[in-house]
Amino acid sequence: MTAPAPRTSPTPKTARPASPPSPPSPTSPTSPVSPVSRIAARAAGGAVRVLLVLAGLFWLLPTAGLLFSSFRSPSDIAGSGWWEVFAAPAQLTTENYTRLLSNGTITGSLLSTVLITVPATLLVLLLGSFAGYAFAWLEFPGRDWWFLGVVALLVVPVQVALVPVSKLFGAVGLFETTLGVVLFHTAFGLPFAIFLLRNFFAEIPRELLEAARLDGAGEVRLFTRVVLPLGGPAIASLGIFQFLWVWNDMLIALIFADSQSPPITVALQQQVRQFGNNVDVLAPGAFLSMVVPLAVFFAFQRQFASGVMAGAVK
Amino acid sequence: MPRTARTRSNGNSRAVAAGFLLPALLLLGALVVYPIGYSVQRSLFDRSGSSFVGLDNYLALVTDDSLRTAVRNNLIWLVLAPAVATALGLLFAVLTERIRWGTAFKLVVFMPMAISMLAAGIIFRLVYEQDPDRGVANAVWVGVHDTFAEASGFPRARPLPVHPLTAAGGGAYVTKEVVRAGEPVRLPLVGVAPGRMPEEARPAREPAAPSAAGDTVTGTAWLDFTKGGGGKPNVVDPAELGLAGLRIEAVRDGEVVARATAAADGSFTLPADRVDGAVLRLPASNFREQYDGVEWLGPSLVTPAVIGAYVWMWAGFAMVLIGAGLAAVPRELLEAARVDGANEWQVFRRITVPLLAPVLVVVLVTLMINVLKVFDLVFVIAPGSAQDDANVLALQLYRSSFGTDADLGVGSAIAVVLLLLVLPVMAVNIRRIRRETRR
Repeated sequence: MTAPAPRTSPTPKTARPASPPSPPSPTSPTSPVSPVSRIAARAAGGAVRVLLVLAGLFWLLPTAGLLFSSFRSPSDIAGSGWWEVFAAPAQLTTENYTRLLSNGTITGSLLSTVLITVPATLLVLLLGSFAGYAFAWLEFPGRDWWFLGVVALLVVPVQVALVPVSKLFGAVGLFETTLGVVLFHTAFGLPFAIFLLRNFFAEIPRELLEAARLDGAGEVRLFTRVVLPLGGPAIASLGIFQFLWVWNDMLIALIFADSQSPPITVALQQQVRQFGNNVDVLAPGAFLSMVVPLAVFFAFQRQFASGVMAGAVK
Repeated sequence: MPRTARTRSNGNSRAVAAGFLLPALLLLGALVVYPIGYSVQRSLFDRSGSSFVGLDNYLALVTDDSLRTAVRNNLIWLVLAPAVATALGLLFAVLTERIRWGTAFKLVVFMPMAISMLAAGIIFRLVYEQDPDRGVANAVWVGVHDTFAEASGFPRARPLPVHPLTAAGGGAYVTKEVVRAGEPVRLPLVGVAPGRMPEEARPAREPAAPSAAGDTVTGTAWLDFTKGGGGKPNVVDPAELGLAGLRIEAVRDGEVVARATAAADGSFTLPADRVDGAVLRLPASNFREQYDGVEWLGPSLVTPAVIGAYVWMWAGFAMVLIGAGLAAVPRELLEAARVDGANEWQVFRRITVPLLAPVLVVVLVTLMINVLKVFDLVFVIAPGSAQDDANVLALQLYRSSFGTDADLGVGSAIAVVLLLLVLPVMAVNIRRIRRETRR
């Protein structure tokens, strides 16, 4: 467990030099590949392809099932499997979505999700970069110990805080409020944010900061003009990570969110209890809840992957 | 020069540092650190919180039945889920290396990481639906099953006492009399709903007279039941259908000597020289209940089923991390081994895996921490009736803390146990950072 989580190397090796295409061609004239082993290699390559196609289908089918189900009428859903749409594409309909969107519950819960996710993401980025900067570049007594304390909190499970914080929030009137959910998410996002940003900021060349200091920039100015712009990539990938984390959360919202205007995950969870005869609500609802995360995922794959990698052992 | 500048503003810079740090530290203190202390203290008190019970709440984790199920299931999770996800991730990362569409494949496998556990839960509720006509898992399973075990045509079909057939044990039926060449055989059965008769079934005919050469035994297997009444038992009445597809075996001295399948009108033919003196048997495979697939979300399979959904979500995580590690493995090493005559398996086993060991450990540990806290998937996928069987610590914590029958003592004890289990990782993290900051 001594090795740090791998990071994407700064210069990704996109073109791998001298890596031969699938059937390994003879790399040196002294070891000619026999025809038999070449046939074996080709057969193995074919088997690998078949295996991967099967695995890919295995990974796609569940989501495809949800997507197709969401476009089928309740009676079709009750009567047959979603794969029937390949035989009868005419049964596809958008009526589930129009019904769902005209009913305020789901649209309202999507709005609640946004109202929780956006502040919780921004707050983590803001407070995290403040603290990350302080740990990287400001001098104060016990700095390294404080930082170790934050690192220790990286793996604390949210479950530890559910009961105590609900009591605490109850006492100060934050229980079942959006602000309460935002604060909880922020607190549990902070250790990772501080850890990631402190490490990233620490790589900023000292000369750059000294030069700005000599120019008379105060710490605040230094932070906004030098550190934040240079920290862009790390802040972006942290932001995406935190955004998805909060958007997708159910447990914390289940306990702390206002039960009158719950976020989409909780609203759908309440429907799951009657699973079976409400697939026409659940399938399009789940798909709507996935649209934003999927868009973020496809738009920022690279940042997401590096955020996930940095977050290993969280 | 910068040194003096800094010392001059020392008091000031402390204030600045405090300004930068305070908001974050206050939140962490109030919402992360304080709750740890609260949970530890609360876990030592009883349900009402007024009397000190020592470690009783922790003991309940091993003595109380439903808590023990949660602990046991968590262990199953801990052993199975990270290992399977990591193995698949390793497999995919290595195999996609040389495939041109490897990136597309990786995207497909990685995608579930972006969606919520709730959405994944709903997706898999659909997958695991019991009815093979609706749940894709059972549709595939039943399809495979029926390819290997032939589908049975006539569940619950049986002879009447007046019929020339009798039960032979194990669900099969045999003729009461032996077959004689030249005598047509009647095989009447009842008990098949008209709607469940095979589509190709046609009205049956009286058994034809044996052929002139006398080298065959002929017979008719039919549903001896006329809708609306009026049929006579043991007689092929006009509207009665042949038991199309019924399998018939001729048995002599315990050995099958010939086989036949009833045609659409129920007629069948057997070679006389072999079946003369044998009895006819209708094997049990004709009467098996229709196979309905596996009860994925029933008590015994629910935990593996939910673990399947988890692996679907997290194999991509393992794949991406291992893929990044793989990119750092020196190509020359692999090529050198290949030139030396090592086959791909040896290269993988002896070079790739050892070089990847540190990454594999990181992936496994991360997944284990994650699995410890698994909640949403179980909560969403396990139907209410199976939640006791699928119970895990995080779910039990939620129930103990916020359920109708809340016991905050037990809830807090579970929270502390979860924390204790991640302490070793916390220690490793701290050691690593101390080494790095000292440098």
